Amino acid sequence: MIVVLTKDSMIIQREQDVVPFRNRVKEYAVKIGMSLVNQTKLITAASELVRNMLKYSNGGNTVIEVVSKGRENGIRLSFIDKGPGIKDVELAMKDGYSTGRSLGLGLPGAKRLVSEFDIKSAVGKGTTVTITKWKNG
Amino acid sequence: MKIDISKVFLKKKKQILEQWMKNQLADESLREDLMSNEELRTESDELLDALVRSLNDNNLSDAQSTDFENVIEILSGISISRARQGFSPRETGAYIFSLKEALLQILQEELKSDPAQLTSLILKLNKLIDSFSVTTFETFIKGREEVILRQTDEITDISTPVIRLWDGILALPIIGTLDSARTQVVMESLLQEIVVTGSSIAILDISGVPAVDSLVAQHLLKTISATRLMGAECIISGIRPEIAQTVVHLGIDLSTIITKATLASALKYAFAVLQLEVRKSSVKNS
Repeated sequence: MIVVLTKDSMIIQREQDVVPFRNRVKEYAVKIGMSLVNQTKLITAASELVRNMLKYSNGGNTVIEVVSKGRENGIRLSFIDKGPGIKDVELAMKDGYSTGRSLGLGLPGAKRLVSEFDIKSAVGKGTTVTITKWKNG
Repeated sequence: MKIDISKVFLKKKKQILEQWMKNQLADESLREDLMSNEELRTESDELLDALVRSLNDNNLSDAQSTDFENVIEILSGISISRARQGFSPRETGAYIFSLKEALLQILQEELKSDPAQLTSLILKLNKLIDSFSVTTFETFIKGREEVILRQTDEITDISTPVIRLWDGILALPIIGTLDSARTQVVMESLLQEIVVTGSSIAILDISGVPAVDSLVAQHLLKTISATRLMGAECIISGIRPEIAQTVVHLGIDLSTIITKATLASALKYAFAVLQLEVRKSSVKNS
């Protein structure tokens, strides 16, 4: 069972919000004693997803949670936007596929960088991505 | 008897100023280090003068009245200059609030015998000065924002120096996050410098980049392709262990690019390419 220890949220509207958001995530990761490599992985994944949110839906809301499962702590991040949504989630998760002339590594890359990855999207309603990175995961 | 508030204030202007100054000087937040009492008095006098001159019975309850243009202008000037001088919002707020206090004190003395009229006048005056306070805060924040904007400009200016490490070798230390705007500046100054110095090797050092995500990688790749088109070779240095692992997991392919862990090893590689040799000189003992 996953227990939420602390919860924090941050609204992302501009590109300038990316760096403060990353720093906030890093603060929490340092607080639970995450190793440098895992910190960097989490921050990079967060950075990918935040940029997606900015690019495809002009921003949205993010939730940063410190969660605990058994003896292990971790960080759970949710990225909630009310953008156009993703038509084919399976295709979007493929390496090298992009509708926005980028490398097409954001979503699949982020999935590889974290322990748990969940994406829910409805066309016309928005997308919610939730990732969890365990301290030693 | 109904009194004319503007006439009262005009008559008692000196008294109000004295009272205001007394209020200000009594306040703990007075910043004598930022502004001398003389300056403060001149400034206060100017503002008070404009206020009592433009105030009349008709516009007392209308802060948006054009009669107050002059007052608002002076007030804005004061709060912007205060923001630049480093006053805190509380100190700037205390300035205008102490004026209200002084005005109300004078009014109270004047209308001791007529509480009904006093209350109605106080309410109106309160509203008017509060509206001025809001203006003060707005302009104060605007002044602060200007400072921030100027600093942002300065940061972008200083953050992308192109260094000539050796004849034919350029180095470009990138510090901070590479966004689209930064990449543009970086690319421009690098390409320009390649032309000017006729360099054939450029080292991009990313030790100061906190995280390399796919966007940063894409920007790096673009810069490198442009450099190659100019006939120069690009080396990326300063790749930290955690960055290397992250890049691999992300699935970014940097295998076509020469990458080195440190700037020193990149320089060594560049020397080898240019067939230069660095040697210890033999010490001659005479």
